[in-house]
Amino acid sequence: MRAFSYEKVKNPAGAAARAAEVANAKFVAGGTNLLDLMKLEIETPLHLIDVNGLGLDRIEGTDDGGLRIGTLVRNTALAADERVKRDYPVLTRALMAGASGQLRNKATTGGNLLQRTRCPYFYDTAMACNKRKPGSGCAAQAPGAFSRQLGVVGVSEACIATHPSDMAVAMRALDAVVETVMPEGETRAIPLADFHLLPGHTPEVETALKPGELITAVTLPAPVGGHQSYTKVRDRSSYAFALVSVALIRQPDGSGAVALGGVAPKPWRNAAADKLLPEGAKAVMAELMKDARPTEQNRYKIKLAERTLASALNEAKG
Amino acid sequence: MMPKTPLSFTLNGSETALFVDPGANLLDTLRRGAGDLTPKLGCAQGTCGACTVLIDGEPHLSCLTLAETVEGRDIATTGGLADGPDLHPLQQAFMEGFAAQCGFCTAGMLMAAKALLDRRPNPSRDEVIEAIGGNLCRCTGYEPIVDAILTAAARMQGRSA
Ligand SMILES: Cc1cc2nc3c(=O)[nH]c(=O)nc-3n(C[C@H](O)[C@H](O)[C@H](O)COP(=O)(O)OP(=O)(O)OC[C@H]3O[C@@H](n4cnc5c(N)ncnc54)[C@H](O)[C@@H]3O)c2cc1C
Ligand code: SF4
Ligand code: FES
Ligand code: FES
Repeated sequence: MRAFSYEKVKNPAGAAARAAEVANAKFVAGGTNLLDLMKLEIETPLHLIDVNGLGLDRIEGTDDGGLRIGTLVRNTALAADERVKRDYPVLTRALMAGASGQLRNKATTGGNLLQRTRCPYFYDTAMACNKRKPGSGCAAQAPGAFSRQLGVVGVSEACIATHPSDMAVAMRALDAVVETVMPEGETRAIPLADFHLLPGHTPEVETALKPGELITAVTLPAPVGGHQSYTKVRDRSSYAFALVSVALIRQPDGSGAVALGGVAPKPWRNAAADKLLPEGAKAVMAELMKDARPTEQNRYKIKLAERTLASALNEAKG
Repeated sequence: MMPKTPLSFTLNGSETALFVDPGANLLDTLRRGAGDLTPKLGCAQGTCGACTVLIDGEPHLSCLTLAETVEGRDIATTGGLADGPDLHPLQQAFMEGFAAQCGFCTAGMLMAAKALLDRRPNPSRDEVIEAIGGNLCRCTGYEPIVDAILTAAARMQGRSA
């Protein structure tokens, strides 16, 4: 690991200002993703700004009947919150399907959204990877590469990595909004739909965040009710990243929302697909996958996603 | 060279003060700095759970914890489980039930189990499985570990398992 310096900060705007002013600085929250990547020298910040003292660890109601989740709320605490369990059960289910107890005790809301891909070639610093080293190529798309875990839709010639978060998929189905503060002190609200960027020619640019911009909270709109489920398909039954996951909110009249994980560089949802929900899984998936660009090895994910949604819909009608 | 930082915390009930390099992780600090060799280094990347310690009673992976973040906090490791010559009921049940073979995962398993029993003295089998879901064991096949944790829970409640 490269040497770095470390500081604790006391207020959010100050944290953002420090991050903009110190060269090559990064925030650290739970550290469960960043420290791992630093040990492998995939991330090499010279300075860490510890945001744990910022007091952004509360979950509180918003004026419009929704919930504001401070960025430092741990995944364990968020999953266990009574309001979340009652009003946003898809979120509790997604959180509990992710990582392990020890990791969820550390992992934070903002850190979870910003965790980086699990593409094996991103992790292997001897391999070409446009995301890790722009312009070096994409080893995952070389002939015979191991791509069965990687993305099928929203991907590009430059990169086919997926975003690995479970939490973000549920939040996308719930129309979450990310709140931030900039180094100059202004705040802004970014719909989660626009927060993660597709790779295009620049897979190293992953989010709409500006240099130094700090996530302060994620807000959820007022509860929408309905039957909510999170179905995660993985190679073993616990403690593994999703091959495919489906966050489903289904209303008694058949309308609702579907977001997919494990298939794209961001939680994958669109309004046209949601409208097709009453017609069933096949129609929804045809819309969600219409621009799919799978590899030979990961083509199975398209069928798997359709079947996973079909089974979730069956249960919801149950 | 960046200067070392002073750090103090409670380790198994004793005040501990030492100097750490910037960026040191808690696992190294416990093993090399404090001389507590009970937490183990398995993967160093959050996958195996062998380095599990309790921070203020909650299980955490010490390999992914920056030492500087535990200033003033309470750390518990397997090194503090036994009371003198008397093993903790979890250790006793692990020993009797052959819940350790090579033993590499054991310290992490014990701490994950201790956190569970502190929170839920009468866990169900599924709750035990969930609690050790982040701890990998390549030897036992897990069943003896789950049995040992349930046995220890029963004994600590004065029930027979
Ligand atoms: C073995 C293992 C298995 C896992 N399995 C799963 C799984 O099944 N499903 C799943 O969803 N996740 C899984 N995870 C990932 C885990 O959920 C993430 O590592 C965690 O959520 C990251 O949160 P953190 O607070 O530790 O982030 P950190 O590591 O502290 O930070 C991650 C990134 O976010 C940035 N950051 C943090 N907070 C802020 C902020 N407020 N503003 C701006 N930037 C910020 C940091 O600079 C860094 O770049 C797994 C991880 C491991 C190690
Ligand atoms: S898929 Fe993306 S992350 Fe993986 S090797 Fe290619 S460029 Fe890198
Ligand atoms: S050594 Fe920490 S999880 Fe493996
Ligand atoms: S006893 Fe050997 S890894 Fe568990």
